[in-house]
Amino acid sequence: MHPTGETEAVLVQILFYLFATLLVAGALGVITARNPVYSVLFLVFSFINSAAIWLLVEAEFLAIVLVLVYVGAVMVLFLFVVMMLDINLAEIRQGFTRFAWLGWITAAAVIVEIVGVIWGHGLGGVDVGRGFVSEPANYSNTLELGRVLYTRYAYPFELAGVLLVVAIVAAIALTLRHRPGMKAQDVSRQVAVRAKDRLRVVKVSAEKRS
Amino acid sequence: MITLADLLTLSGILFALAVAGIFLNRKNVILLLMCVELLLLAANFNFIAFSRMLGDLTGQVFVFFVLTVAAAESAIGLAILVVLFRERRSINVEDLNTLKG
Repeated sequence: MHPTGETEAVLVQILFYLFATLLVAGALGVITARNPVYSVLFLVFSFINSAAIWLLVEAEFLAIVLVLVYVGAVMVLFLFVVMMLDINLAEIRQGFTRFAWLGWITAAAVIVEIVGVIWGHGLGGVDVGRGFVSEPANYSNTLELGRVLYTRYAYPFELAGVLLVVAIVAAIALTLRHRPGMKAQDVSRQVAVRAKDRLRVVKVSAEKRS
Repeated sequence: MITLADLLTLSGILFALAVAGIFLNRKNVILLLMCVELLLLAANFNFIAFSRMLGDLTGQVFVFFVLTVAAAESAIGLAILVVLFRERRSINVEDLNTLKG
């Protein structure tokens, strides 16, 4: 989106405030929902609104990645686990309000401090009131990101891949369970088998027909 | 026009809500993991805001890595959770007292 005119800039701002409100409402839903399933769905809602805001500030690639990877994979994993586990909700909810006041006070303190620093003092040398300058129409965020990612950050990129492999191996190794008496193929034994183990050639002497 | 201050404030509110969520749902491990996801999202907002503000793509590359690490973290975290539930039949933090912590 390229806010060249005054009306477009106002439109972008209105959309930003709309998505920001929905995002904060979604986050509130995540932390206060009674049922973990609702929490996951609120989290999905928050992520989609974040992706919309990232689109507004022209970080298009990451916005799409957020929807595809987070909403598409990680949140579905969360939903799967939440629905698979048979949780006693009443026991979990017990004592919900005991430390709630502490949580709200901490949240209020964090908000007051961050807002105070940003709006009161500004960040040294950075003009916080400056708006985002939109890129020219033929600018491709994905192309530029790929250009940096595959040259300057090629090794970190590959390390990220290794990290994901480690995560896969760890997750499978943790949840793998050998039940005794379960009928399953052992592929390595099937491959390693030789003909002489299975086949026995027996010499039978000819007999006279009686 | 969206300013840097708008985005940083939004990220601060999101971070504060996630911290409050950790206090509120301190018994439920799944909710704690979800609050950590929200914290990481708030951090990503800052990275993107400054990356776009300063015209440096490094911030967005970093968000990419944060997403990778967060995905790995939640995969392993949920795997541990499943094993835990198998052993204990509960995901209540207060039941995790084998180490006498």
